Amino acid sequence: MKKISPLLLLFLICAAVPASAAGNEAARKDILDGYAAAAGPGFAGFSAERGRPLFLGPHAGGKPETPACATCHTPDPRAVGHHYRTGRDIPPMAVSQTPDRFTSLAEVEKRFGRDCPAVLGRDCTPLEKGDFITYLSGQ
Amino acid sequence: MALRPHLLCLALPLTLLAVSPAFADEGEWVPPVRHAETLKECGECHMAFQPALLPAGSWRAIMGNLSDHFGEDASLPAATAASIEHYLVAGAGRGDPALLRITEQRWWRHEHDFSPSRFTRPEVRSKINCAACHKGADQGFYEDD
Repeated sequence: MKKISPLLLLFLICAAVPASAAGNEAARKDILDGYAAAAGPGFAGFSAERGRPLFLGPHAGGKPETPACATCHTPDPRAVGHHYRTGRDIPPMAVSQTPDRFTSLAEVEKRFGRDCPAVLGRDCTPLEKGDFITYLSGQ
Repeated sequence: MALRPHLLCLALPLTLLAVSPAFADEGEWVPPVRHAETLKECGECHMAFQPALLPAGSWRAIMGNLSDHFGEDASLPAATAASIEHYLVAGAGRGDPALLRITEQRWWRHEHDFSPSRFTRPEVRSKINCAACHKGADQGFYEDD
């Protein structure tokens, strides 16, 4: 075990290249720009006011155990959430608490791809995704 | 000569794949997970269970059906799923490959032959929270029972 720990440490450093706050901000903007482009011709900007009820729910159509994002993440986006079945901690959704939230498109799409069907019973639209990120970026 | 960091980043996961002996033991210690994708993706929703806790057939079945992972959608990009499956299978242990849950394996039921109410305590919540009772579970230590 001792032998591999320096290597492991190096790997962790490689895996977690510390991104600057400006880098995080730029990465979030790129993701939002992508959703804006996908939102269609009527698009007039994302809205934290629309994102908030999307987060808080409750919604119908998804799994009965998870009627809202807030079911696991709690109604306070700055709080640590808990997986509804396993109890596993979920770092806060609020960007103020988790600065690298919404900075990897692959990660963001993975979570929307799983969680929108679980909560809403359908995929989220690009507009909803942008509203959601916009709301939590201000929290 | 110093190795360039990006080369090490590539080489390391491959090296680590080779260091997990494929044995499940009689419930004391198993090699901890040393594979970054497994730690991250499995560990997002539950402790990343050690490869030795299930036989290869169970791991293959689990990784082949992530869109219905015990009732949850745990879908991953194909390349990520393949990498994790390779790691899990390489370090797999013994057991019944027809059983997909660790908690269904005979050795597990034998080791946990006590009142089910222990698992519903608020601090435990679920049978899969190994670390609620085994404090070193994420490092593979289970001998504290």
